[in-house]
Amino acid sequence: MLGYILKRLLHAVPVALAVSVICFSLVQLAPGDPLAVVLPADASQETVDAVKAQYGLDRPLVVQYFIWLGNVVTGDFGKSIATGRPVLSEISNAIGYSLSLAFLASLMALIVGLSLGMLAGYTIGSPVDKVASAFAISGVSIPHYWLGIVLVVIFSVQLNALPAMGAGTNPDAGILERLRFMILPAVTLAAMPAGIVTRSVRALVAETLARDFVTALRAKGLTEVQIFGHVVKNSAPTALAVIGVQMGYLMAGSILVETVFSWPGTGLLLNSAILTRDIPLLQGTILVLALFFVAMNLIVDILQPLFDPRIKRI
Amino acid sequence: MSTPLLKVADLTVRFRTEKGTIAAVNGINLELQRGQVLGVIGESGSGKSVTLRALLGILPPRKTQISGAITLDGRNVLSLTKRELSKYRGGEVSMIFQEPATALDPVFTIGQQITETVMRHGATTKAKARARALEMLDLVKIPDARSRIDNYPHELSGGMRQRAMIALALSTGPKLLLADEPTTALDATVQIQVILLLRELQRELGMATIFVTHDVGVAAEISDRIAVMYAGRIVETGTASDVLKTPRHPYTNGLLTSTVIGARRGETIDCIAGMPPDLAAMPQGCAFAPRCPLATTECTAAVPMLKKSGADQFVACIRQEADGRHAA
Ligand SMILES: Nc1ncnc2c1ncn2[C@@H]1O[C@H](COP(=O)(O)OP(=O)(O)OP(=O)(O)O)[C@@H](O)[C@H]1O
Ligand SMILES: [Mg+2]
Repeated sequence: MLGYILKRLLHAVPVALAVSVICFSLVQLAPGDPLAVVLPADASQETVDAVKAQYGLDRPLVVQYFIWLGNVVTGDFGKSIATGRPVLSEISNAIGYSLSLAFLASLMALIVGLSLGMLAGYTIGSPVDKVASAFAISGVSIPHYWLGIVLVVIFSVQLNALPAMGAGTNPDAGILERLRFMILPAVTLAAMPAGIVTRSVRALVAETLARDFVTALRAKGLTEVQIFGHVVKNSAPTALAVIGVQMGYLMAGSILVETVFSWPGTGLLLNSAILTRDIPLLQGTILVLALFFVAMNLIVDILQPLFDPRIKRI
Repeated sequence: MSTPLLKVADLTVRFRTEKGTIAAVNGINLELQRGQVLGVIGESGSGKSVTLRALLGILPPRKTQISGAITLDGRNVLSLTKRELSKYRGGEVSMIFQEPATALDPVFTIGQQITETVMRHGATTKAKARARALEMLDLVKIPDARSRIDNYPHELSGGMRQRAMIALALSTGPKLLLADEPTTALDATVQIQVILLLRELQRELGMATIFVTHDVGVAAEISDRIAVMYAGRIVETGTASDVLKTPRHPYTNGLLTSTVIGARRGETIDCIAGMPPDLAAMPQGCAFAPRCPLATTECTAAVPMLKKSGADQFVACIRQEADGRHAA
């Protein structure tokens, strides 16, 4: 098992490198001159060249990439052009907020998605299944930001029950107080993955129930509860993969939601980095989010063989 | 004769499908003594598997209508409660499926799958159940059972998998074993080994067995009695030697001459012309009449009943009686 984990880790290295190349070049492709933000419009050519040299922007791209990569590997993501603070500290600050939001949203999506999906998968065609499917489709197709705004209108404006914005300013706030700020953005964020997990689990359970071995399990007299155990173990590997991807999206896909709720996470950070063309910040944030994705996949890869012995540990 | 272990009276199984209700099994009667082996032969779609599944009570309840009576050891199977039924399945009656590759759960070991079954039907501790599993794997002659017990199904060859399924089915000591074409999915040489093993186990353990097969040779090898099914009905039944040596129903006759075993080298193998009827649109009277070389207009008047013909042989064919000789 340890060997398998090490191998998986090694396999993740080239993926991470490819991700870094893409992050680096994507930003080069984006329109607009990053220096336009920090420099006055009438700056002389010498000033422009000096600043360019200061940020290393006068070197060939390949060289820039390797310098950037070398720095990144040692934990130096450079300084934000807009604020002058180290990118790493900006990101690590934001990531804590995003992670806690993503964690709560994942928990909600998992609880709702798994239970609805199983119910629906067991009762394909029944009213329960129809309600669950309608819920799943709404979750997948209702736009994030719209749902967010509707929730704010209902729970903050009309009922005045929950805060509409931010993460709270009181640093000594208790967990409950913090949670109050997280509920609306978390629900908004959870809607889509809950829908996707519901639909995948529904399909998986229905497909597993239709397999021959389920009839054979019934034929040997197992109870429905025991058969359920078999269904779960058979569906787990695929469900895990879906869930892993969704949790990755939750981290990265929260730009709109974090913007709507002014939640100070990576999404909001990315948003402002784009608006201010803050290239070091943009590159750093995208890279960290992409690496988070790679890590999620790695975890799924490591967990899957625990459920399905046919997935070879190679 | 002593009271039979299994008595099936006028069993009918209907499925609700998109095409309307179809009768896959159409009023069959069966009797099976303790320790006896009944071979069931018939073309694809004749209702053999549905019959076995009805006996075990594993047809999907929502789309199935079952009528008639199934009595095992004096108990009416069709009126068992849900709880009684799940004890009956796998406990008193076990089933071996055609495809061991799909009938075993791929993500549990052979040992786990036998153990959970034994636990369900009476074993008190896990250790005892596992010991029983090991004993069964030895009994079905899986080499090196002690290490094979922790293998997953995909780690075994087809033949070994089927042996494991046999071990699983027999682990609870059932009174009746239902085998649904247990060797069809295997290579020819492995087939023979598994058949021989089954015959040996049957003699040793003495459970009554219903053995479904396409292969007349296999049926001859293993059966005491044979029932021939066509379109959901039993058209001929009797001792294996009577039915195979002196087939009285034109369909049985067709089945026997269409096998390689009955044919001589160089002769072309006859096969029965035409196709089995659509169960949603059954012909009037004898279902075989449209394909039967001996059919007359009389045959389409009414469904022929099984009538005694010979010492211990029954046949559902009016031409047979009218002629007073073999329909062949
Ligand atoms: N669950 C079901 N729902 C609807 N129709 C079914 C169902 N199970 C079986 N049938 C139909 O019942 C008929 C008899 O099927 P069965 O499986 O018993 O045939 P068989 O004699 O075992 O054939 P084979 O030799 O191919 O296994 C077929 O026409 C089949 O389509
Ligand atoms: Mg069949």
